Amino acid sequence: MYLIEETKQLADRVFQIWIRAPHVARHAKAGQFLMIRVAETGERIPLTISAVDGDSVRVIFMAIGKTTTWLSRLATGDTVLDVAGPLGRPSEIKPYGTCAVIGGGVGIASIPIIAAAAKRAGNYVIGIIGARNSALLILEEELAGTCDELHVATDDGSGGTHGFVSDVLKTALQKQKIDCAWVVGPAMMMKVTSMVTKPFGVKTFVSLNPIMVDGTGMCGSCRVLVGGTTRFACVDGPEFDAHQVDFDLLIQRQRSYLNEEKSAIEEYLVHTCQCSGGSPHA
Amino acid sequence: MLERPPRERIHDFEEVDPGLSQEEAVAEAMRCLQCKKPSCVAGCPVSVAIPSFVSAVASWDFAGAAAIIKEENMLPAICGRVCPQESQCEGACILGVKDLPVKVGALERFVADWERAQGFVPPARSQSTGCRVAVVGSGPAGLCGAAELARRGHTVILYESLHAPGGVLLYGIPSFRLPKDIVQAEVAQIEALGVEIRTNHLVGRSVTLEDLFAFDAVLLATGAGLPYFIGIPGEQLAGVYSANEFLTRVNLMRADRFPAYDTPIRRGSRVVVAGGGNVAMDAARVAVRLGASVTLVYRRNEEDLPARRAEVVRAKEEGVNFEFCAAPVRILGESEVTGVTCVRMVVCAQDGNMRPVPSPVEGSSFTLDADLFIGAIGQGPNPLLIREIPGIARGEVGNVEVDPDGRTSVSRLFAAGDVATGAATVILAMGGAKKAALAIDQMLIRSGSV
Ligand SMILES: Cc1cc2nc3c(=O)[nH]c(=O)nc-3n(C[C@H](O)[C@H](O)[C@H](O)COP(=O)(O)OP(=O)(O)OC[C@H]3O[C@@H](n4cnc5c(N)ncnc54)[C@H](O)[C@@H]3O)c2cc1C
Ligand SMILES: Cc1cc2nc3c(=O)[nH]c(=O)nc-3n(C[C@H](O)[C@H](O)[C@H](O)COP(=O)(O)OP(=O)(O)OC[C@H]3O[C@@H](n4cnc5c(N)ncnc54)[C@H](O)[C@@H]3O)c2cc1C
Ligand code: SF4
Ligand code: SF4
Ligand code: FES
Repeated sequence: MYLIEETKQLADRVFQIWIRAPHVARHAKAGQFLMIRVAETGERIPLTISAVDGDSVRVIFMAIGKTTTWLSRLATGDTVLDVAGPLGRPSEIKPYGTCAVIGGGVGIASIPIIAAAAKRAGNYVIGIIGARNSALLILEEELAGTCDELHVATDDGSGGTHGFVSDVLKTALQKQKIDCAWVVGPAMMMKVTSMVTKPFGVKTFVSLNPIMVDGTGMCGSCRVLVGGTTRFACVDGPEFDAHQVDFDLLIQRQRSYLNEEKSAIEEYLVHTCQCSGGSPHA
Repeated sequence: MLERPPRERIHDFEEVDPGLSQEEAVAEAMRCLQCKKPSCVAGCPVSVAIPSFVSAVASWDFAGAAAIIKEENMLPAICGRVCPQESQCEGACILGVKDLPVKVGALERFVADWERAQGFVPPARSQSTGCRVAVVGSGPAGLCGAAELARRGHTVILYESLHAPGGVLLYGIPSFRLPKDIVQAEVAQIEALGVEIRTNHLVGRSVTLEDLFAFDAVLLATGAGLPYFIGIPGEQLAGVYSANEFLTRVNLMRADRFPAYDTPIRRGSRVVVAGGGNVAMDAARVAVRLGASVTLVYRRNEEDLPARRAEVVRAKEEGVNFEFCAAPVRILGESEVTGVTCVRMVVCAQDGNMRPVPSPVEGSSFTLDADLFIGAIGQGPNPLLIREIPGIARGEVGNVEVDPDGRTSVSRLFAAGDVATGAATVILAMGGAKKAALAIDQMLIRSGSV
């Protein structure tokens, strides 16, 4: 059992929780994730480790399906049954020179720990974050403190630049030399954004989010095509060279259980409305 | 010992074989000739004293029988159910020449089930030695090695990356062959010996190599869990599973009970399984229980099937279709599986293991309609941890090389089970782990740490 030490809603449907998990916190590095299982009947889902403090780790997630909605309803002092990690290879942090760390939507969750590590390695760090509108933007203040410069974009212009993070990145690339970039967000956003860095020859990492089961390399559910080779995102990744990734295939495989996921959340919402009533965010 | 009828059992995950009654067990035990030079014992990889325990059963001394078996085999309830007896103890039984061999496996299982029903009394432990040993992986090798070490008074920490211990016993072998409460009971016995099991700990990540080598000795028992893909077009489609994924979703995550359990699975109406081992048989029979019509494609002949014979018979009874001498070459579909193209194979030369090497017959391709494809063509050791251990010698299939006592090329590091042998069997994993545990014990005594 792992204790939820703190919960907080950050934006519309976006939540942050701090979990006490010393075995994860002790060795967690930028770019890694954990697997969480709320209770005996629960699914194992991967979430990025967004920050570490002592024996605790922070995850940030959007309540989109059954498990994330369930998590969003937990309160401080509740527990979850299982937390495994840290999983995946850490980000390849080196003194590159100037690094851009780019987050879209809930993908912004992955950015602070990467930005902080890049900064510690002596890089000049440019943060670029974006969301559909300003109500969905998260971690702006925290990142402003970590990054040397922070740019913000919203699709509807309600905050920062009107447009996508890829537009902001393009402008930045035209003005200055960027040596390395991390792009984390929905698969389509990572695809489009890494297309922008390609002509500039910028080494670009994306953090892939295929469907996972074990997270330890024993099922192959998370297989992705990188440079024409099958790789397991949970152990060979989740970060890969963006310019080698087959994003269309990633998107196709992410949709494998759409019907089941829809029925799971519908059933959960109906069920919890009838008999719990008291959930904080219901 | 009548098995449950196929028509009934394909609708649930309850055990197929209900086991022997006391009377049946005693009667079966009385068939044993009590050979002076028992060939059955030579057939058992861990040399269970078969005539002695069978004789105890024949005289209704089930507790005595249990004690005799446990001298050599820590997990008899499991081995009695899953050992390939036809090529081991029973295959070597002298009675088998003219008649049916003694049902050694069924008797072993009977004794273990009887003992469990009585309530387990943990054996006495030696005094604490003050030595600390880390065991990595909680499959049969890890469980058995941990138990042997704990019995000798060492402090044992057993790390497991999944949320529950048992390895393949838990996530691979379905409950209709090996009920999960039996695995849990065996794990509980090992915990009762004082072994501390830490789940959710992936060694190499949650526990660093530095942490690991801070122990006095390490037993690596990480198995061969890495699934191989065939490498044919279409393997990325939705509806293509490795047998490991398919079985893990059902056995570990209970996807058969979705949505009561949250992990989903594609059930499929027509399923093609590729392979011929226990893993393929299990995947096929799980797919049957999820409601599909199943075809199993195997590239050699029926006699070559490496699976346990009893399970092949049961798979047939349950309606699995077999296509022998055939291999998939392409999985069809746009984004989801719609069919599988296969070719016929001729079995011509002999390979190094004296097994016929199949090669395709030109122009022999045919297509099976399918909405699910499950590959069960083999697994290798997960490289995650072992590739990070400096100086570790590795063999052909990525396995860790060991001497007969389980020593690796790295000082104080031992390995046993599938990680050392490549994918093998439960009893071999346990046998190897026992030897390694004894070697660790000797090393600790000799080095004066004890
Ligand atoms: C390495 C990694 C890190 C991740 N980090 C985060 C994070 O920090 N914050 C966050 O909000 N999400 C993260 N995700 C995605 C997150 O795991 C999924 O959102 C989650 O599994 C959804 O579970 P659910 O039951 O709530 O929704 P479901 O009902 O299972 O799914 C809802 C939607 O999410 C997609 N989905 C389902 N399972 C996964 C999965 N395992 N991975 C990706 N997409 C999935 C489905 O296609 C569907 O569109 C990460 C995924 C990976 C692989
Ligand atoms: C579907 C299936 C059916 C089978 N049927 C039979 C049968 O009928 N009869 C038979 O004799 N054999 C059968 N086998 C083979 C048998 O199960 C294996 O040979 C045996 O389980 C090997 O035991 P092991 O302890 O070496 O490894 P495993 O059982 O594979 O256990 C290894 C454990 O280590 C854990 N692990 C791996 N890496 C790490 C790490 N870095 N840190 C922490 N933990 C880690 C894994 O999660 C796993 O729990 C079958 C195998 C499968 C897959
Ligand atoms: S351990 Fe396996 S091979 Fe040995 S006697 Fe028991 S069932 Fe037979
Ligand atoms: S070989 Fe057969 S008959 Fe002889 S002792 Fe063994 S089990 Fe009994
Ligand atoms: S999630 Fe199973 S291998 Fe990656």
